[in-house]
Amino acid sequence: MSYFKDKEPTEYKNRVFIANVIVALAFFVLAARFWYLQVLASPHYTELSLNNSTRLVKSPAPRGVIYDRLGVKLAENRPGFDLYLVPEDVKDWVWTKEMLLKLVSIDDETIEEKLQKAKGWPPFQAITLKEDLTWDETVKIESYKFEMPGIILDVAPKRSYLFGEANAHLIGYLGEISEKELKEKEAEDPSNKYRPGDLTGKYGLEKAFESDLRGIDGGKEVEVDALGRKIKVVNYLPPYPGNNIRLTIDIKTQVAAWAALKDKVGAAVAIEPSTGKVLAMVSTPTFDPNALSSGISREEWQELIGNPLNVLNNRVIQGLYPPASTFKPIHAAAALEEKVITPATMIYSGPAFRYGKRDYRDWKEQGHGIINVHRAIVESSDTFFYQVGLKLGIDRLARYSKSFGFGQKTGIPLHNEKSGLVPSSEWKEKAYKVKWFEGETISVSVGQGYMLTTPLQLCNAYAAIANGGTILKPKIIEEIKTPAGEELSRFTTETNGALGVSPQTLSIVKDALRGVVHDDGGTAHFLKATNLKIAGKTGTAQVSRLIKRTKNVQSIAYKYRDHAWFAGFAPYDDPKIAVVVIVEHGGFGASAAAPVARELFKAFLTTMDEFEEPKVMTVSAPGGAQPSPVGAGATAAPKETAIKPEDEAGEVYD
Amino acid sequence: MIDRRLFTHFDWLTLSVIASLTLIGFASVFSATHLHQASIYQKDVWWVAIGTAMMILAIVVNYSFIERLAYFIYGATILLLISVYFIGSSFSGAQRWISFGFFTLQPSEPAKLGLIIILAKFFSEKNVPARGLGLKDLVLPGILMIVPFLLIAKQPDLGTGIIIWMIFWSVVLIVKIRTKVLIGIFASFMAVLPFGWMMLKGYQKARLTSFLNPDADPLGSGYHVMQSKIAIGSGGIFGKGFTEGTQGKLMFLPEHHTDFIFSVLSEEWGLLGSLVVIALFLTLVICGINTAGGSKDRFGFLIAFGITSMFFWQIVINLGMVSGILPVVGVPLPFISYGGSFLITSMIAAGLLLNIKMRKFIF
Repeated sequence: MSYFKDKEPTEYKNRVFIANVIVALAFFVLAARFWYLQVLASPHYTELSLNNSTRLVKSPAPRGVIYDRLGVKLAENRPGFDLYLVPEDVKDWVWTKEMLLKLVSIDDETIEEKLQKAKGWPPFQAITLKEDLTWDETVKIESYKFEMPGIILDVAPKRSYLFGEANAHLIGYLGEISEKELKEKEAEDPSNKYRPGDLTGKYGLEKAFESDLRGIDGGKEVEVDALGRKIKVVNYLPPYPGNNIRLTIDIKTQVAAWAALKDKVGAAVAIEPSTGKVLAMVSTPTFDPNALSSGISREEWQELIGNPLNVLNNRVIQGLYPPASTFKPIHAAAALEEKVITPATMIYSGPAFRYGKRDYRDWKEQGHGIINVHRAIVESSDTFFYQVGLKLGIDRLARYSKSFGFGQKTGIPLHNEKSGLVPSSEWKEKAYKVKWFEGETISVSVGQGYMLTTPLQLCNAYAAIANGGTILKPKIIEEIKTPAGEELSRFTTETNGALGVSPQTLSIVKDALRGVVHDDGGTAHFLKATNLKIAGKTGTAQVSRLIKRTKNVQSIAYKYRDHAWFAGFAPYDDPKIAVVVIVEHGGFGASAAAPVARELFKAFLTTMDEFEEPKVMTVSAPGGAQPSPVGAGATAAPKETAIKPEDEAGEVYD
Repeated sequence: MIDRRLFTHFDWLTLSVIASLTLIGFASVFSATHLHQASIYQKDVWWVAIGTAMMILAIVVNYSFIERLAYFIYGATILLLISVYFIGSSFSGAQRWISFGFFTLQPSEPAKLGLIIILAKFFSEKNVPARGLGLKDLVLPGILMIVPFLLIAKQPDLGTGIIIWMIFWSVVLIVKIRTKVLIGIFASFMAVLPFGWMMLKGYQKARLTSFLNPDADPLGSGYHVMQSKIAIGSGGIFGKGFTEGTQGKLMFLPEHHTDFIFSVLSEEWGLLGSLVVIALFLTLVICGINTAGGSKDRFGFLIAFGITSMFFWQIVINLGMVSGILPVVGVPLPFISYGGSFLITSMIAAGLLLNIKMRKFIF
């Protein structure tokens, strides 16, 4: 070994010669290259260096397009003009600024703010002064630009929401990324470069699916002359558009829901029971996402977030309300399943039920007489469920409520979903350090008291009743595709759990819900005239327990009026859509919420030609759900639905 | 122990080339940074001093001592590379440095020397068949190379990763590899490369390039090269004069004192300056190859050749990059670019070259 090792490596000599040749060749090429750059091409580069002639302009990537389930565009990009400033090219800043203030609606402060932000940037880098100029401004700048060196106009994609307010809470809006968000994004994924001034999804799907929708920005290297005017694009790295998203939303149903709700405060949500696909999601009052995305003034923003009605809350997932009478079918299912009652059990349900030293009243002054569970749901008897609830007990009721999905987030891919509340004796012990009172069971048994749900949870529970007993995870995304059309993800049904209720029990409950609309004396009987085979339940959630209920809703101050619910599905023999509507302070479920729900059912279940057909029953105008029943639909309602104060059980906590 | 022959055989030419390059480098760094970043050229004085001391050490120690320590040196450089992931500081998205207060060490620099030493040790003890290395013979040295390569590429430091790769193939080629094996490896690389690239989706390609080289953002590399060419080209034949360059100093070249230092130099000293530096580099490389060719033992030959190949590839890739004939991968220019770890490593490497030349009659 050592002999071999120390032997002079003569065999390398030949290869060393070759190495020398390669080295000589490589250095020759380098020397030639420098000779070319510094002798032959030198005049060209000298000229470029004198004019200092290239400028960087960002080419923002177009965001992914959002479609409804049938491919109707909901959010797209349109070209818009942005105004840039290249400080180095500005000859007379005082004059240029004066001109800008005259030609464009921008104030002195904003300009200074933008310049301040760009401090430390190289002077040849363009600063965005104003985005999305109006046509008028664009024309003015274009015609004066030769007198204002350093001012550049460039086209960039702007977000456009085609149905505006109708999809506001669902799709959300864009805004300039904040410093906090910048840091968060940096921490999440360092390769995902955001720069100050970039737009990002601030709300709704735009926020939740930001990484899919965003795309990758490109850049332009623009050669300019000594006055900063664009000569040609030297280098262009095209932006890569974001991924396109097709939603499960049915825009027809969505717009119908919005039209029916826009003058009210409330929410509407629709789910396909067999799949969990969300078909519509509307929350009112709403905002204009187009205005928000193109940048609104500070005052406008303050006004928006200062609105006491919480405009920026998506009530479908963030609004918490007592489910009220819409909870009765769930209660009935629990009682039947636990054999506390049978379908045949007849219970005297009078005008009031006395427990302890209190009278717990029914909404119907004359009472319902001796009825079974079917009739109790149809007529929405309170006293029936007070008695059943006491036998069932709060903890069994809580267990079934949870299996119907109450008290936990559904997992819909939107931010800030609320989980609601299912009260139980254990919960009260923990939260209040006080034991549970039986009187409280009475109020929970009709969906009042501590019980809180979001409209989405309630809708999901009704969808589960409709589909035969499976709680599905609500989904909004049908598919995500790359701009090239390649599928990245596709809708799949996901189960959140089973109701744990037998098919027999469910069929009793479903039949009762059919009865609410189709039996005489049902609280939503007027919906029968739609011929859409609607099954459902009205509800009136109590806001204040202190006021005296009267037949004249107008006499009650707005903020004390009850919330109106409708929850249901259709057609009852083959459910295609489950709908939940809440109208805050709307008064009664049947008169305020059910007509809104009807619009959703109609929009989804009737085809276009049927929709045009003149109907015997005219549709009441949007906002037509007056406190007292008016219009053809409402006259069909039984008299007693006109007044329906819920139980007064709340008073037990006082 | 001190042999008079050591002095008579000392390679004064190489030493003066290295001294000239280091001085030119310092002058260029001064010119590029004295206006806005004075602390940089001030620090550079320290690096030159420390580098010189380390170079003297590398000359004095008999290189057979390094041969004995080969595994230890290699292991230590790998450990340093691994430790970057735990105690490394990150800067603009890349985790490459270990901070020692005043001095931040970039372990990918000594890793290059570690690789050269271990490869020299390995191949000097290996009985290479006359027709060259086979595929099996390449497995072990391949592993020795791929470990630091992956660690460096992951940091990410694409430039140094490429240099590691080039050193390995240069050494393997000089040791001799069977023609069939070489063609086979080359062909399979060419076959897999475009296929793998095509498998990637558009956005993945964009992510990958930005992952491997964070500087290559849309407004990054292409723009840098254009500005670099403007700086070099506008220098003309005689240049704009020392510290008179305008293009190179403007903020549009953020790497103007490191990777793009040569464009500052070319702008200020013109084609004459460029050619002088290129000639100095050519002398360094040719002397290095001849040092290898003149050495009387395999280990010395391979160390000298490995170091020379390292210099060669760094020079060619860097100059190709700033003059716009090679893509921007972030390789600095030996002795000229600013960077403590880089300068010190280069000077140690140069010291080893002188060491080998000086001791060629000892064996």
